[in-house]
Amino acid sequence: MAKKAQSTLPNMLVSLTVIALVAAAALATLNAITKAPIEKAQQAKVERAISAVLPEFDHLEETTIDGQLCRIGYDANNQIVGSAIESENDKGFGGHLKVMVGFSSDGAIYGYQILETHETPGLGAKASEWFQKGGKGDIIGNNPTENKLTVKKDGGQIDAISGSTITSRAFLDIINEASSIRTKINQ
Amino acid sequence: MKTKDIIKNGLIKENPTWVLVLGMCPTLATTTSAINGLSMGLATTFVLMMSNMVISLLKNVIPDKVRIPSFIVIIATFVTMVEMIMKAYLPGLYDSLGLFISLIVVNCIVLGRAEAFASKNNIGQSFIDGLFMGLGFTWALTLLGIVRELLGTGCFFGHSLIGGSDGMLMMILPPGGFLALGLLMALINQIRKKHQ
Repeated sequence: MAKKAQSTLPNMLVSLTVIALVAAAALATLNAITKAPIEKAQQAKVERAISAVLPEFDHLEETTIDGQLCRIGYDANNQIVGSAIESENDKGFGGHLKVMVGFSSDGAIYGYQILETHETPGLGAKASEWFQKGGKGDIIGNNPTENKLTVKKDGGQIDAISGSTITSRAFLDIINEASSIRTKINQ
Repeated sequence: MKTKDIIKNGLIKENPTWVLVLGMCPTLATTTSAINGLSMGLATTFVLMMSNMVISLLKNVIPDKVRIPSFIVIIATFVTMVEMIMKAYLPGLYDSLGLFISLIVVNCIVLGRAEAFASKNNIGQSFIDGLFMGLGFTWALTLLGIVRELLGTGCFFGHSLIGGSDGMLMMILPPGGFLALGLLMALINQIRKKHQ
């Protein structure tokens, strides 16, 4: 068996430097390999969200209103079919909550997808299904500009997620906010 | 040390979760569902195998006084690799495990095995030790995940078994994690003692 390296200053310097350099080289190589697939995966996630919240569209146009990313969907005749608006706040039970909300051209909610959530699994995290069509707090088809969405506890019309009123309030705030951003499109 | 003993140590006798009680942070945090527990276990297994092998290979060229920083750099490199690969090819899984993958770096099992085993044994044995310590961690996390998911949501690996019930929500929240861990640990150690 080879003799173990002594803990002299040159030995320590050389071994740590070499290990760090090899590690950095290995990671840089892997980073170069995985960079494209990572971007593609993130792109695919956004695209899935867009197609889930918008009626069928031909092409998209991106704009930014009030600092939020909006995608407007057009059909083949350049008529607006709907808009997908990203909206967020920090009022969730776990903090930041970001949702993509889709509206059809008349301003009714067409669909939504949660992009970022830190809500409790089993409670607030249920927001991803709770407010969908057929869910207990169905918001699809409502127009928040005509009629602001609030939970029943606050005198509103939407059933909050059981045990997660804070998440529900934050979520509906985001929807209302997205709706008010929508009204600023084409102004 | 015989291969059979190394395997037995990792899976049962010195099981990282039930016996050594190491790495409790990812154990409690990621076992809200069976699939999360299983994935976290497998990611840790990969890191353990690779770091054990490399550390065993380098044990004679790393001076004693800088061995801990050297081990940490090696371990962190493999963890970052797992993170990049998961982000690129399994984005859905990365979303649910994200933060805890980076935390494998400070998981006591990985550094513990490097220090207690890989720095004293040959490459082959260190590889087997990493693999079976990892699998020991994996089965423990998977079992914990199955129990918590079943009681908490009525599902088994995402498939609903008990229709129309939301389950005992507490089991997938932190208190349920501690309860399930404690009770399972007692049960498994009871069985282990009987068979000794």
